[in-house]
Amino acid sequence: MFRFLIRRAIGALVILLIISAITFVLFYVAPRDPARVACGKVCTPETLALVKRNLGISDPLPVQYWHWLQAVFVGRDYSSFGHCPAPCLGYSFHNREPVLGTILDRLPTTLSLSVGSAVVFVVFGVGTGMLAAVKQGKALDKVASSASLIFSSMQIYIVGVIAMYYLADQWHILSRPKDVPFAESPSAWFSGLLLPWLVLALIFTANYTRMTRSQLVESLNEDYVRTARAKGLSRRTVFFRFAWRGAMGPIVTIFGLDIGLLLGGAIITEKTFGLHGIGALSVKAVYDNDLPLILGVVLIAAAAIVVFNIIVDAVYALIDPRVRLA
Amino acid sequence: MTIPTPQAATVVEVEDAKLQSTAGPSTSKAGDGRSPGKMAWLRFKRDRTGMISAYVVIFFFVIAVCAPLIAKLYGKDPYTTYGQNDTSLLDEFGSPMLPNGGISGDFWFGIEPGLGRDVFTFLLYGIRNSLLIAAATTLLVTVLGIAIGITAGYLGGKTDYLVGRVIDILLAFPSTLFFIAFWPVVLSILVPPDENTPVWLTVVSLITVMTALGWASIARLLRGEVLALREREFVEAAKVTGSSPARIIFKELLPNLWTPILIQATLALPAFVTAEAGLAFLGVGLTDPTPDWGVMIQRGSDVYQSDITFMLFPGVTMVIFVIAFNLLGDSVRDALDPKTKR
Repeated sequence: MFRFLIRRAIGALVILLIISAITFVLFYVAPRDPARVACGKVCTPETLALVKRNLGISDPLPVQYWHWLQAVFVGRDYSSFGHCPAPCLGYSFHNREPVLGTILDRLPTTLSLSVGSAVVFVVFGVGTGMLAAVKQGKALDKVASSASLIFSSMQIYIVGVIAMYYLADQWHILSRPKDVPFAESPSAWFSGLLLPWLVLALIFTANYTRMTRSQLVESLNEDYVRTARAKGLSRRTVFFRFAWRGAMGPIVTIFGLDIGLLLGGAIITEKTFGLHGIGALSVKAVYDNDLPLILGVVLIAAAAIVVFNIIVDAVYALIDPRVRLA
Repeated sequence: MTIPTPQAATVVEVEDAKLQSTAGPSTSKAGDGRSPGKMAWLRFKRDRTGMISAYVVIFFFVIAVCAPLIAKLYGKDPYTTYGQNDTSLLDEFGSPMLPNGGISGDFWFGIEPGLGRDVFTFLLYGIRNSLLIAAATTLLVTVLGIAIGITAGYLGGKTDYLVGRVIDILLAFPSTLFFIAFWPVVLSILVPPDENTPVWLTVVSLITVMTALGWASIARLLRGEVLALREREFVEAAKVTGSSPARIIFKELLPNLWTPILIQATLALPAFVTAEAGLAFLGVGLTDPTPDWGVMIQRGSDVYQSDITFMLFPGVTMVIFVIAFNLLGDSVRDALDPKTKR
C-alpha cells in the first residue's frame, strides 16, 4: 500500500508538472505581448514596467518556467511585492495579490457547493439504487431506472435556470442562490446553497442510481453471496456486509471522479447560479489574461482530479479484497 | 517477424473464399443462419423505446438538414430583427407584447426579447449548427480514437506506454477550463488581432480543440479491447500465416471492434452537443448573431426573469434530443451486445 501511494504520488507530480508546462507554453505561444496582456485592459506605463520586471519578460521561456517552479517549492522574492513564502504560485498581475491567497479566498464557496451536493446525490442515488436492486423488476425499479435516465440527460444550465425561475422567483419555495460564508450565518448559508445543491444532485443522482442498481444486481448473484445466505446469515447482514461491499468499488470510482471535477471548479454551475467559487475565478482569470492566476487555477483543478484518482484506487483496494494494487 | 510464404497466403485466401461461399447462400435462406448484423437489427426493431427514440433523433437531424427549406416555407429568417422593425411586437422594456413570449400565428415560438428575432427559425438554425459541430467532432474523435487506440494496443511496448501517459495527462486536464483558456490562443494564431473572426473559422477551431481534448477516452477503451484481442487464437493464426499488420488490423481486429466503437460514438454525440452548448453558455465558441443551441440558452439565461418562454424552447428541445439520443445509445448497445448487463 505504502509503495503504491509513493509511486502514484510521483506520477501525479509528473502529470502536474507537464500540465503546468503546457499551460505556460500555450500562454506565450499566442502572438501578443505577454506583458501588455498580463497588465490587463487598463494599463498605465508604470504598471506595464512593473509587470515586465516581475514577469522576467526578458528571460527565455524555460528560465521563466524554472523561476515559477522554484517559487512553488521554495518561495520567491518579488522586488515590488516583497517575499512570497513557499507554496508560491506567483502574484496575480490583475489583482496584485498572491495567487494562492485569491484561490484560498474562493475555496469555501466551491467546497460548500461540491461537498453539500455530493452528500445529497450520494445519499439519494445510492439509496434509490439499493431499493431498485432489491425490488428488481417491480414498479419502483422501473420508475427509478427511467427517471434516472431522464435526469442524467439534463444539463445544469437548462435545469438550473428553469428551477431558479419557478422555484425561487415564481413560487417562492426556495430562496435565490447566494453565497454567504458559513461562519457568518449557517442558516443563510444553507438556504442560499440549497437550490444549487438540489439541482446538481438531481443531475448527478441518476448516475449513482443506475450504477448502484446494476452493481448490486450483479453482486447479489455472486457465489459468495449465496454461500453467505446458505450459512444462515441474516438477509440484512448478507446485503450490507457482503453484496454491498462487493458492489461499492465502481461507485467509489465515479464518486472520486465527480468530486475531483467539482472541487476543481464547477464553472458552468457557478455561472448558472451566480456563485463566486474557483470556477468563476478561473473564467475571470481567462478574461483578464492573468497568467499567474490561470496557472494557479489550472493546477488546482488538475490536482483535485489527480489526487482523487489516487484516493479512489487506494479506497477501492481497501473495500474490495479481490483488488490488488499493482 | 515471419516472412509470408506463398503457400501461407493462398491458404488464407482459400479460407476466406470458403467462408464467403458458405455465408452467401445461408443469408438468403430466411430463418437459420442470420448474420450478426441482421440479428442485431431484428433485436433493435423489437425494442419499442429504441425505435421511438430513433424516430425522434432522425426527426432532429431531418429538421437540421432541411432548416433552410423550412425557414423558406415559413417565410422568416433567424437574423432579421422583426421586433425592431414592427413596434407593435415588443413593449418599451423589450419584452414581447403578447403573453408566452409573443407566440402568435406569425411567430410560432414567439419572438426574442430585446432584438425581436424570430425564435422558431433561430432555434431551427441553432439545432442545425449545433448538430453539425457535434457530428463533425464525434466523427473526428472516433477516427482519431480508433487510430491511436489500435496502434497503441497492437504495437504495445514503448508506443503503448507513451500513448498511455498522454491519455493520462489529457484525462487529468480540467477540460472546460482548458478550453476557455486556450481556445482564444488558437484563434489568435489563425486570425490577426484586428480582424473579425469569420464564423467558419470559429467552427473549425471549435471542432479542432474539442477533438484534441476529446479523443482520449475512446482511445483508451479501444486500446484495452485490442490488448485482449491480440492474444486470441484467430489473431495468432493470422500472424502465423504471415498476414501483414495492416491486414490483421483491418480484417481481424476492426471487425471485432465495431460494437464498442458504435456504442462510444452514440454516447459521444449528445455529450458533444451539450459540451458545445455549455461553452457557448460561458461565452466562448459561437457567439450571438450566429444561431446556435447554446447561444440561445445563454441569451435565455440573461432574460429568463422577464421572459421564461425564450429559455424553455431551446432548453426543452435540447433535453428531449439528449434523452432520445441516450435511449437510442442504450438500445443500440442492447441490440449489438445482448450479453452486457446494464
